[in-house]
Amino acid sequence: MTVTYEELVWFAKTFGLFYFIAMSTIVLLYVYWPPNRREFDRAAASILEGDDRPCP
Amino acid sequence: MIEQLTKNERQLAIVILLAITIWGMAFAGAGQGDPLGAHGFLIMAAGIAGIFWVISGYFSPEPPADRSDSYYDDPSRAGILFAMAWAVAGMFVGVWIALLLAYPDFTFDAAWASFGRLRPVHTSGVIFGFGGNALIATSFYVMQRTSRARLPDQLSPMFVLYGYNLFCVLAATGYLMGVTQSKEYAEPEWYADLWLTIVWVTYLIVYLRTLARRKEPHIYVANWYYLAFVVVVAMLHIINNLAVPVSFGSAKSYSLFSGVQDAMTQWWYGHNAVAFFLTAGFLGMMYYYLPKRAGRPLYSYRLSIISFWGITFLYMWAGSHHLHYTALPQWVQTLGMTFSVMLIVPSWAAAANALLTLNGAWHKVRDDAVLRFMMMAAVFYGLTTFEGSFLAIRSVNALSHYTDWTVGHVHAGALGWVALITFGSIYASVPWLWKRPAMYSARLVEVHFWLAISGTVVYVLAMWNSGIIQGLMWRTYNANGTLAYSFIDSLVEMHPYYVARAIGGLLFLIGALVGCYNIWMTIRTAPLAAEPTPGAVLEPVGDFPEPAAARQAAE
Repeated sequence: MTVTYEELVWFAKTFGLFYFIAMSTIVLLYVYWPPNRREFDRAAASILEGDDRPCP
Repeated sequence: MIEQLTKNERQLAIVILLAITIWGMAFAGAGQGDPLGAHGFLIMAAGIAGIFWVISGYFSPEPPADRSDSYYDDPSRAGILFAMAWAVAGMFVGVWIALLLAYPDFTFDAAWASFGRLRPVHTSGVIFGFGGNALIATSFYVMQRTSRARLPDQLSPMFVLYGYNLFCVLAATGYLMGVTQSKEYAEPEWYADLWLTIVWVTYLIVYLRTLARRKEPHIYVANWYYLAFVVVVAMLHIINNLAVPVSFGSAKSYSLFSGVQDAMTQWWYGHNAVAFFLTAGFLGMMYYYLPKRAGRPLYSYRLSIISFWGITFLYMWAGSHHLHYTALPQWVQTLGMTFSVMLIVPSWAAAANALLTLNGAWHKVRDDAVLRFMMMAAVFYGLTTFEGSFLAIRSVNALSHYTDWTVGHVHAGALGWVALITFGSIYASVPWLWKRPAMYSARLVEVHFWLAISGTVVYVLAMWNSGIIQGLMWRTYNANGTLAYSFIDSLVEMHPYYVARAIGGLLFLIGALVGCYNIWMTIRTAPLAAEPTPGAVLEPVGDFPEPAAARQAAE
């Protein structure tokens, strides 16, 4: 089966749009999901701890 | 270095180095009369030197069994020194070719010193030599600290660092001999590309193995950026360098793609090299070192995740803006242009996030040139990404393409963003890595900062002026409808700007030399107290109060 130029353009112009919207939705849901807030706050503060050795 | 390797690792290192030596011998034999032969001897020499090095430390005592409660920083230390050495070499060649454009006699009638051969030595030297080594060094540092886990073994990070530098040397020496596949930022030929693939996949494995050992449940955002850099560069490198060598005894190869497909693959690679090598990796650096140095958590961790996915998703489609008004289908050009304009959103989100993190720490920015390096890097990141989106618009590109405006844009990013964040991160890391109380001279960091800023401003302003003049001269028509100026006319007008550019570059180079001296003297000063006993909490390292303590004091 050969894909014609027109078919490829059609695919890029339709699927691409929905892929972009779906990606954005997933990312925004993950970022603003309320229970994740504590994890993010903890992560942001974690690098400021002064202890310079691995956890045992 | 070698004493940090276990007995088994020392043996394995010798086996790997023997394999490299044999690889070099095979090339030296097969490539007689071809630059490949010369590279064969170079690879062989590197292998043999490595074997001697390992043997010199072979009988030293093994590292202690309880090493897993300390981080493994030898590769980071070596990587920083490599980065600074490449910075000086790459920027020196940069100043040379800037002079060459103003005064063509600087080519000395030698083929190896022609602009076409020296230019990739400059670009690869600063991007891959300086930038790449700095990324490898800081990523090893950051991944261990944010994972709270030691690197999985001692040998593979060393292999990544030294193997990567062998690639850089093969690239630079190859260009001087005229070895190139003529793809911008992907000039090295097939054998160097295959070697880099091995090194890069090892790098990815080291990163993933360290993350798998992490003690922190959440993967800190800097790692996301570093990992995007490692994964995407692997993908770009492999696909853009698909090529068939003329023979196993020849350095020459031919690309698997042809015509406009080749151009599109190249600029899909080229722009994503900017995106994932020169942006994502250095954003990883920024998201760790800037909050750490400022002693404040990121302004918005959420925003950093949104901009991460924005940058990774949108950049992937922007490459075709390099091919406006070419044989590339119009809709692909429009796609590249649209995505480039949209990129302003995640890019400015990242720049704003960095600057807002400094709210409450601006007195530190005033007093501490190291933090000021990082702050100005974020400012230049914002400026350059705005300019990039603007230049990608087809009608703007009609004026700017092929002119020095592009060169100015690239250097606003490379000097203002990439080099400034790197110098800031290196100055922050050196005292931490070598366990010194502070940099040898804060005043010299200050000198470096102002040399770097003035060099960047002189360079970029010169190129903006010359680029816009070029663009306008090339599109000015006379009453008869023919071009008003010849190319040579525009070249004559460029001369003062080319001299100014060389001066700007020279200022930047002098700054890097000052940095080298300062780092060298820091390493030579006496270290802090001896290694603490296991279990003891380390004293704060760095010439700033321990961030956690400083934060509590501020509250």
